[in-house]
Amino acid sequence: MKLFEYMGKEIFASYGINVPRGKMVETPEDASTVAKEINGTVVVKSQILAGKRGKGGGIKFADTPEEAARVAGEILSMTVQGHKVEKVLVEEKIKIDQELYLAITIDGAAKKPVIIASSQGGMDIEEVDDEFIAKQHVDVSVGVYPYLGREICRRIGLTGPVSKEFNRLLGLLYKIFREKDAELVEINPLVISGDTLIAADSKMTIDDDALFRQKGMPYVEDRTSIEKKAHDLGLAFVELGGNIAVMANGAGMSMGSLDTLVHYGGKPANFLDAGGGTGIEGTTKAIELLLETNPKVIFINIFGGITRCDDVANALVTVKKNKEIPVPVVIRLVGTNEEEGVKIIQENGMEAYKVMQEAAAKAVEIANAG
Amino acid sequence: MAIIINENTNVVVQGITGNQGKFHTRQMLAYGTKIVGGTSPGKGGQEVEGVPVFDNVYAAMEQVRVDASVLFIPAPFAKDAAFEAITAGIKVLVIVTEHIPVHDEMDIIDLASRKGTTVVGPNTFGIVSSGKCKIGIPPNQFFVPGSIGVVARSGTLTYEIVGNLTANGFGQTTVVGLGGDRVVGLSFVDVLEKFEKDPETQAVVLVGEIGGNAEEEASLFIKKMTKPVVAYIAGKSAPPGKRMGHAGAIIERGKGTFNAKVEALTAAGASVATLPFEVPELLREKLK
Repeated sequence: MKLFEYMGKEIFASYGINVPRGKMVETPEDASTVAKEINGTVVVKSQILAGKRGKGGGIKFADTPEEAARVAGEILSMTVQGHKVEKVLVEEKIKIDQELYLAITIDGAAKKPVIIASSQGGMDIEEVDDEFIAKQHVDVSVGVYPYLGREICRRIGLTGPVSKEFNRLLGLLYKIFREKDAELVEINPLVISGDTLIAADSKMTIDDDALFRQKGMPYVEDRTSIEKKAHDLGLAFVELGGNIAVMANGAGMSMGSLDTLVHYGGKPANFLDAGGGTGIEGTTKAIELLLETNPKVIFINIFGGITRCDDVANALVTVKKNKEIPVPVVIRLVGTNEEEGVKIIQENGMEAYKVMQEAAAKAVEIANAG
Repeated sequence: MAIIINENTNVVVQGITGNQGKFHTRQMLAYGTKIVGGTSPGKGGQEVEGVPVFDNVYAAMEQVRVDASVLFIPAPFAKDAAFEAITAGIKVLVIVTEHIPVHDEMDIIDLASRKGTTVVGPNTFGIVSSGKCKIGIPPNQFFVPGSIGVVARSGTLTYEIVGNLTANGFGQTTVVGLGGDRVVGLSFVDVLEKFEKDPETQAVVLVGEIGGNAEEEASLFIKKMTKPVVAYIAGKSAPPGKRMGHAGAIIERGKGTFNAKVEALTAAGASVATLPFEVPELLREKLK
């Protein structure tokens, strides 16, 4: 789950990391009030879950409270990088001597956190030359000690009082990273302003799997309504926009199903991993969800391991009994309790395929028929 | 021969009294796995499927030699259970549980690496040395002995491919599920190294997916291998920026794309199947 900039900054501030004075607002009037309190030039920043806001016109300066209200009004009516703006952050403009980059994320290959720092802040880290980037892995059983910060300062050429401040901040950022179950904490730019360091931006992603223990963490919805419904049902679902609704069990199998459909010239409407061991009720809800994508055909691809073929077959029959399924269903069933499942399907006037590619080709044929 | 586990591997099931633990204990026993005990706090002295239940892994290890443990423990408690197994001296730890917080996974793998424990998973179907020992949840009937090593990131897709292999006369030495999460205990390279050394394994099938750079790293090793490798990568049609079910299956900032992986594998000399069912045919060509 991604956090908005202002939420990340609130967390930073609560741990003792300097952030610009400011406040998130949702109206031009409130923007004006905040600008009045700050009593100087302010920056008004759109709060969306995407980067490169400046290029889209989503960040603007204002010298007076009136201008702040006008600029905030403009930004609040904008769509930036495909995201409708509903909130802006109004902050003091800070003096910038130099911009650094600092992030902590997870290196899956090393199986450890990695600190990434650069003397070239303010731009996309992917565009910075390697010679300006310092990367240091962290052993979770050791944590971040000052030596690590000193080494990073040495490599990015940071000296004097600011390097001490950098070291203090790095320790705090790692504490946030661990305590908040973050997958990413990023400060870009981290601004050198005199002898102090100020986090002029924040990007944080919290591990969805750890939200159960993150008490007090704000919840940010970043899903389409149908994706949200799927999530509430415990299903992994992604909208893809085509006309073949797809359900398979297992993430890899679901991806393999999409790839096979596309290979035969089909356009999948969605990715849906019905999971392993989903019973009749869960499968029923999954099939109902598929109908919401308004498909021309439904493709169900089951290789039963924990999932039982008869459960899937019964679920399909249940849905058919309760409501009209307005489109053809192509179902492939193999694995655990395959015979029972196929029998149920046949007794209800349908056909079950045994081979995945034959079923996929059939689904594509129906979808592309008109 | 097989890798990591074999017919002499003694296994305990952590969380044996739960629904999943019970069901899969029965399945594993039916496959021939030597399950010497299960654990469930406060339930020591009971039996499940004829297997003695102990209060914890320590208690089990006082009574019997244990080589491997498999976790059927809910995600919030998985780290604690894994720490128990690792510190008790378990050498192979299979973590089936999905949705474990990634920081917990890093803690588990950190401790395991210091104690010399091999971690299979988390979020894995497990590991099968065909005909000898199954630790995990795959359906029994598709895993038959033979000379193909299989290493994969995802579960059901692996059953599909192993099912196809078996139907085409290709049995397996060992089938290893690395797990679908971003942080897992074993890498493709760890497993490929073992298959390369295993005298019974003649060829390797690698089942990867979009996201991360595990397949690219594997390619560097495949280049040096003497045994043929056939690969399939799932997620060709996946849009960038969307997690495809697995925490690790996401194209981020242009990294982890299907094309990059196929290019790396092909350049390393592996045959890459466009669709899952093409794997046996490519394997046949490679083994000519």
